[in-house]
Amino acid sequence: MTTEPTMMQTVQTIVADLKDKKGALLPILHAVQNALGYVPPETVPTIAKALNLSRAEVHGVISFYHYFRDTAPGKHTIQVCRAESCLSMGGKELENHVKTTLGIDYHETTADGQFSLEPIYCLGNCACSPAIQIGKDVYGKVSTTDFDELLKEKSA
Amino acid sequence: MSITVYVPCDSSAVSVGANRVANAITQEAEKRGVAINVVRNGSRGMYWLEPMVEVATENGRIAYGAVKTGDVSSLFDADFLNGGSHALSLGLTEEIPYFKKQQRLTFARVGITNPVSLDDYIAHDGYRGLKNALEISQADIVKHVSDSGLRGRGGAAFPTGIKWNTVLNTPADQKYIICNADEGDSGTFSDRMIMEGDPFVLIEGMTIAGLAVSATQGYIYLRIEYPHAFEILNEAIANAYAAGYLGDDVQGSGRAFHLEVRQGAGAYVCGEETSLMESLEGKRGLVRFKPPLPAISGLFGKPTVVNNVISLASVPIILDKGGDFYRDFGMGRSRGTLPLQLAGNLKHPGLVELAFGVTLRELLYDFGGGSATGKPIRAVQVGGPLGAYLPQSQFDTPLDYEAFAALWAVVGHGGIVAFDDTVDMAEMAKYSMEFCAVESCGKCTPCRIGSTRGYEVMDEIVNKRDLDKNIPLLRSLCDTMLNSSLCALGGMTPYPVLSALNHFPEDFGVSVEHNAA
Repeated sequence: MTTEPTMMQTVQTIVADLKDKKGALLPILHAVQNALGYVPPETVPTIAKALNLSRAEVHGVISFYHYFRDTAPGKHTIQVCRAESCLSMGGKELENHVKTTLGIDYHETTADGQFSLEPIYCLGNCACSPAIQIGKDVYGKVSTTDFDELLKEKSA
Repeated sequence: MSITVYVPCDSSAVSVGANRVANAITQEAEKRGVAINVVRNGSRGMYWLEPMVEVATENGRIAYGAVKTGDVSSLFDADFLNGGSHALSLGLTEEIPYFKKQQRLTFARVGITNPVSLDDYIAHDGYRGLKNALEISQADIVKHVSDSGLRGRGGAAFPTGIKWNTVLNTPADQKYIICNADEGDSGTFSDRMIMEGDPFVLIEGMTIAGLAVSATQGYIYLRIEYPHAFEILNEAIANAYAAGYLGDDVQGSGRAFHLEVRQGAGAYVCGEETSLMESLEGKRGLVRFKPPLPAISGLFGKPTVVNNVISLASVPIILDKGGDFYRDFGMGRSRGTLPLQLAGNLKHPGLVELAFGVTLRELLYDFGGGSATGKPIRAVQVGGPLGAYLPQSQFDTPLDYEAFAALWAVVGHGGIVAFDDTVDMAEMAKYSMEFCAVESCGKCTPCRIGSTRGYEVMDEIVNKRDLDKNIPLLRSLCDTMLNSSLCALGGMTPYPVLSALNHFPEDFGVSVEHNAA
């Protein structure tokens, strides 16, 4: 478990490494989220100070982009593609099945902290629709049975 | 001598098991004591056959697909390493009609080479365009691109040569090349295939662009949804630096070009060039007013070329073979080839690169093989989530920017998504409004408020409430969004919505006569 000092140290190291890049804010936010799984609100002042921005500006950037999150995600993040190609191949049924199976809606995390569910608008896997992503792994031609098996695999 | 076996590392192939198949082949070969060399290539783009395994033989590469891990042992039994016959045999890869009928210029190497091998790239005619570019003047490089007739492949179809010329003629101490790799359109994956399957062609194209306009820094703005492309691009860029194809002295020319990949963060609107530049500058991706044009005042206020992946990846062959060679493909004012992406409910989805002029019907049936479900294809959306839906009566339209514009449709980035007759077009129109509401940057009112109101009105319509009031309201709202939004997101969301209403009024609960606008 990440403790408070370690978290701040991680962020300070990232900020020191990247702050002199041109347009450094997104690379910094990516690095923080890669390291911690999210961008904790208590790290915003550190990031803002290093880039000579206001906290509001940094918060504004975090909240603008769907990918950045300010709360800890579950152990696995499941993203279900909602876009047209997947809709044409049963994406809606898959979406309903995923929500029912996990018992959560989008932007929520299961009570046991295992799975977070997010919508995504196209994974570029449109020739193998419907598609989902778990972590960084993309899965194509996903049937409801395939999803159940994947879930079992990830829960193990 | 070991036999070379190809198993794609393309993320779509991986999404249906290519990594597991590659491992199974390696293990089975070890078990049997056979020496093989497994190369992870890009995809040939025949996705219904993925994972497609190829074996190099004296007669050429022989394909097997779609291979599952359970097939691996029987493939060895059938002596597939020497091209042996098996139930999954597809024969010579390049003789498969889907592949053979294509005109691959931009995708010439995709699926053939090892994506991160610079030697492989050069052995397959890579870096010939750059070599020529280093020997001619900047104006002549731009002239080749202008002569080729290349228009922006991201969707807007603006002539690339004009953009480059403007940047070339705008004096500045620093200029930039941006590759727009924020391929957010549903039904499109050609940028991803290039970046994962032949990253050097993009690097070469950007280097040529840098030389042409005196830009020393390039950025690839890559969507976060493509983590695999991020890794491959970075590996290829490192290899290009190591070999002197990037850096302070490109191939001993004394000219510098540096390249960096920057990741987006899941905002569709950042595919719009000014929003993209705001994002690269570390801000919220709010769309900018134009003018000033990015070519005059772009990234960090400096003259900037912003081109799509496919546009830039088409530059090396133009500089290698000349603008005239490329221009000789195509029809009308749509010159060259377009990598089309067949997606959605099709039997044979995939990447088809052809000269402009092929009809939608040929693509859907001759290549696509009809719907995957076997039901009639009822509607096709061309050009991503902001593209119009076309009914069967328009399937004979040739892929040509002007022919599509005449139908109030767009070619866009070349994505084609097919739907069978189970589709509810009112639901699709509602989805388009919802998508716009989710992705709007919020800067202009027609898009920010219009999309939310549009979603609410569509919800009423889907539930068949007050149609006499709501249908005219929807049209009026679309008119406002179309004519007064700041960028294409709000400005083109009416395309899918109104085309669905105009071509499929029955799904909206109105008769054809009643529907006259």
